[in-house]
Amino acid sequence: MSLISLMGALEIGLIFALVALGVLISFRLLNFPDLTADGSFPLGGAVAAVLIAGGHDPWLACGLAAIAGAAAGWLTAWLNVRLGILQLLASILVMIALYSINLRIMGAPNIALIGLPTVFTPFISTVNDNAWLIQPAVLAVIVVIAKLLLDAFFASETGLALRATGANPRMARAQGISTDRMTLAGMALSNALIALAGALYVQTQGGADISMGIGTIVVGLAAVIIGETLLPPRTLWLVTLATVLGALLYRLLIALALNADFIGLQAQDLNLITAVLVGLALVLPKIKGKLRNKQGGKSA
Amino acid sequence: MMRADNLFKTFNPGTPLENPVLRGLSLTIESGQFVTVIGSNGAGKSTFLNAISGDISPDTGSLFIDGQDVTRQSAWQRAALVARVFQDPLAGTCEGLTIEENLALAMQRGQGRGLSRAVKASYREAFRDKLSTLKLGLENRLGDRMGLLSGGQRQAVSLLMASLQPSRLLLLDEHTAALDPKTAAFVLELTDRIVTENKLTALMVTHSMRQALDHGHRTVMLHQGRVVLDVSGDSRSRMDVPDLLAMFEQTRGEKLDDDALLLG
Repeated sequence: MSLISLMGALEIGLIFALVALGVLISFRLLNFPDLTADGSFPLGGAVAAVLIAGGHDPWLACGLAAIAGAAAGWLTAWLNVRLGILQLLASILVMIALYSINLRIMGAPNIALIGLPTVFTPFISTVNDNAWLIQPAVLAVIVVIAKLLLDAFFASETGLALRATGANPRMARAQGISTDRMTLAGMALSNALIALAGALYVQTQGGADISMGIGTIVVGLAAVIIGETLLPPRTLWLVTLATVLGALLYRLLIALALNADFIGLQAQDLNLITAVLVGLALVLPKIKGKLRNKQGGKSA
Repeated sequence: MMRADNLFKTFNPGTPLENPVLRGLSLTIESGQFVTVIGSNGAGKSTFLNAISGDISPDTGSLFIDGQDVTRQSAWQRAALVARVFQDPLAGTCEGLTIEENLALAMQRGQGRGLSRAVKASYREAFRDKLSTLKLGLENRLGDRMGLLSGGQRQAVSLLMASLQPSRLLLLDEHTAALDPKTAAFVLELTDRIVTENKLTALMVTHSMRQALDHGHRTVMLHQGRVVLDVSGDSRSRMDVPDLLAMFEQTRGEKLDDDALLLG
C-alpha cells in the first residue's frame, strides 16, 4: 500500500470517526437504535455542497449542515418519545423521508465541488500539491476537538443526565431528569455529528452524491464495536478514544484488504468486507473470553 | 405533608383483563411522620407508591405534596419533592456509572442541570463523609463502577442518594425484599437512622407485618385498593402481629390468608 492510499484511508477513517462518535451517543449512551445516520450523513453533505456551490463560506456550510442533522435526529426522537413509534421504525421513517429531502436540497442526484473553496483550501499549498497530507491533518484536528468537547460534555451535569437516561430511565426520572428531553437533545447531538461528517466528506471527495449515505450506520457501528474490542470501556474518555481508533482501524483494514492483490478483492466487495469485519469484531470478545476460561482452567 | 384524595386506578379498563387496583384510596401523612404500609398481594401498595412518585397517573382523585397539587405532574417534575428507593437494588442506581457519578446525579435532584462539571471536588469530600457513615468501605471506592457492588451495598447507596437533597416525602418500596436477612436488617437500621437524622416524612411499603410494626410511627394496611387499618401511637406500640391480624379480621369480617404477610 502506498503512502498516498494510506493517507486516503486515514482521511476517510477520520471522517467516519465523527460518524462513530454520533453512533456511540445513540446506540450506546442513549440505548436508542438509530438508523437516521443513512439519511443524516448525506443530508449534511447535501446542505454543505449546495451552500459551497452557492459561494458561501465552507465553515458556515459545515455549521448549517450540523444544524440540519440535529433537526433530523430530533425528529426521529420526537416520533419516538411524543408519538410512541418504535425507535428503529421512527429512524427508518426519517431516513426514508430524508432521501427525498436530500434530492430536493441538492436539486440533482449529484453536485460537483471541484475547484471550489473548501475548509481545506486555505491550508493547501498552490505550488506543490499537498492535499493528501493537509486534508487528514485538518480532519484530525477537528476529530480531536470533537472528542475533547464530547468528553467534557459527558462529564457535565447535563451530560451525566443524558448517560443516566440511556442506562436507567426510571432512575433518571426519579432524580428529576426529563428522559424525553434528554433523548431529544442526545439524538440531535448524535445526528449533528454525523451530518458534520457528511459535510466534510463531500469536501474531501469533491462533490456530493445522493447515494453517499448507504451503509453509513453499519460503518459507524463497526467502528464502535471494533473500538470496544480494542479497549475495555472503563471510563468515558477511553470509550470515545476507542471509538475514534476503531473508525481508523476499520478503514485501514478495508484499505489493506482492497490493496492486497493476491486476495483478489475489488472496490465492489466493500460491503461484503464490512460485514465480515463487523462479524469478526462481534465474535472476537467471545473467543477471547473462552480462551481465558481455558487458561484459567489449566492453571487451577 | 402528603395528601391522597379518593384515588382510583384501573388497569386495562374495558378488557377481560380489567383490574381495579386503587378504589377510593385516601391517606394523609403529616410532616415528619414515618408511615409503614402493609397489604396482601394485589392490595394496591405498589400502585399507590407509583401514583405518588408519578410513574403512573391515577384515573380520578388528587394528590397533594406539601400543599402542591401534583396529580398531573410527571415523575421527573415532582422529583424535587419526592425521593425514592426501589425494591430492585439494580433499579435505583446506574450500574455503568461510577459511585460518585451516581451520587452526583442524586445531588442534582430537583435542581437545574447545566454544563458545569457533574462531579465537583467539593462534592467528592461530602460523598466521602456520607459514605463513611455506611461503614462499608465505599468511601475509598468513589471511582468504582456501581455494578461492582452487592445488592445490599447498592441499596445502602440508594438510601444515601435519596437523602442527599431535601425532599418532602421519601418513598421506600419494599426496599429490603430482595436482600438476605442480615443485609435487610442493616438497610432497615440505616433507613431508621437517615429518616430520623433528616426528620424525613416517609412512606415504607413492606411485606412483613413485623417490620411494619417495628419501624416508623404509624402503620396502614391496604386491602382491595383502600385503607382498611390505620394504627398509631400507644395502641400501635402495644400491638403485635397477631393483634394486627385480629384487627384486620374484625374490620373486614374475613380471614387473611396471605402467607407472605404472616411470615417474618
